[in-house]
Amino acid sequence: MPALATYALRLGDDALVLSHRLGEWISVAPAIEEDIALGNIGLDLIGQARALLTYAGEVEGAGRTEDDLAYLRGERDYLNVQLVEVPNGDFGATIARQLVFSTYQLELYERLQGSVDPTLAGVAGKAVKEVAYHREHAALWVLRLGDGTEESHRRMQAGLDTMWPYVAELFEGDEVDRSLSTERIAVDPARLRDPWWSSVSSVLAEATLDEPAPRWRARGGRRGIHTESLGFLLAEMQHLHRSHPGASW
Amino acid sequence: MPTSTWLVRPRWPDVPADSTSNGTTNGGGTSDQATTDPATTDQDRLQVHSEGGHGAVPTAGVPIHEPGGPARDWPLWEVFVRARRGLSHSHVGSLHAPDATMALRNARDVYTRRQEGVSLWVVPAGMITASSPDEKDSFFDPAADKVYRHPTFYDVPEGVDHL
Repeated sequence: MPALATYALRLGDDALVLSHRLGEWISVAPAIEEDIALGNIGLDLIGQARALLTYAGEVEGAGRTEDDLAYLRGERDYLNVQLVEVPNGDFGATIARQLVFSTYQLELYERLQGSVDPTLAGVAGKAVKEVAYHREHAALWVLRLGDGTEESHRRMQAGLDTMWPYVAELFEGDEVDRSLSTERIAVDPARLRDPWWSSVSSVLAEATLDEPAPRWRARGGRRGIHTESLGFLLAEMQHLHRSHPGASW
Repeated sequence: MPTSTWLVRPRWPDVPADSTSNGTTNGGGTSDQATTDPATTDQDRLQVHSEGGHGAVPTAGVPIHEPGGPARDWPLWEVFVRARRGLSHSHVGSLHAPDATMALRNARDVYTRRQEGVSLWVVPAGMITASSPDEKDSFFDPAADKVYRHPTFYDVPEGVDHL
């Protein structure tokens, strides 16, 4: 697969898998208003995933559509970071992931808007407004939960502790990232780490939360190495399409 | 240590500290709650009612606010949307949120996801003083036989194009 297709697929898979996780909150969030907020964020991510998967299929040139890529790949072919596949946990853990990931996406898309690849630049230009809102939503909740009651503070901190081992992987670049960023097509994720931390750390400080110090770190998602959770997620997401190929409604 | 009261009490002005402690519940969550009864005091109108979210959580007999503890549910807000520049804000519905900032975010998600508006207001439902259905006759009927209050009652003089 060409490096550009791999790159688009990685970003698209991040968005697709996280959108599925957010969809799992519908009807069980703490309030119906949050069902809708998280569902909306998930829908924004699906929009990004569709554009990126479609583009990955075009660049690959093997005739695979967005649906082929979404529904007919196994977990070893999924290239998302492990962060997005971690089960939701409680609301605090979900919000912790939203802060981590939406801040990462915001820094990424802000830079990707300047890509010499017009499709990537276009997707990023549209998505940057969406993820700015996602980040705002997460930051408001982190403040309220972290600087709230004793229990909300404890659970917000626990959520951060759950998600933190998966943070480092977001900023690990490999040959694909480096070669494409030299051509100014992609953004080298290593460059996002500092601006990401300056944004996240200010939210944590205001919310009276501590940066977790994980004793291990996840890696391998970009090469198709995943936690056991992804297989279950894909089984649910792909079941209908695989049982009834070509079904539409 | 966390010290703020984000989730503990709504932050609109003058909510008496003890006004939420009597265990009253309200399963409807509609704007009826803002209706003024002649006997209703300001304090009653500012009261925060518990509401059971999706109906999955029992509310009957559940105190909505233990003194010093968290409120059982979020206060109600009325939402107003301006559809376009030049139009007024119109009431579109209500929602629950822990404070004004979150109410505005929730309103954005609940009421403007299909590009319904360019501006949003949220107002604490308890702050609205409404006319009572019982007073409908005295409030509104006297206007019914005064047709001269409508512009259509008058003939427009010839030659006046834009009256």
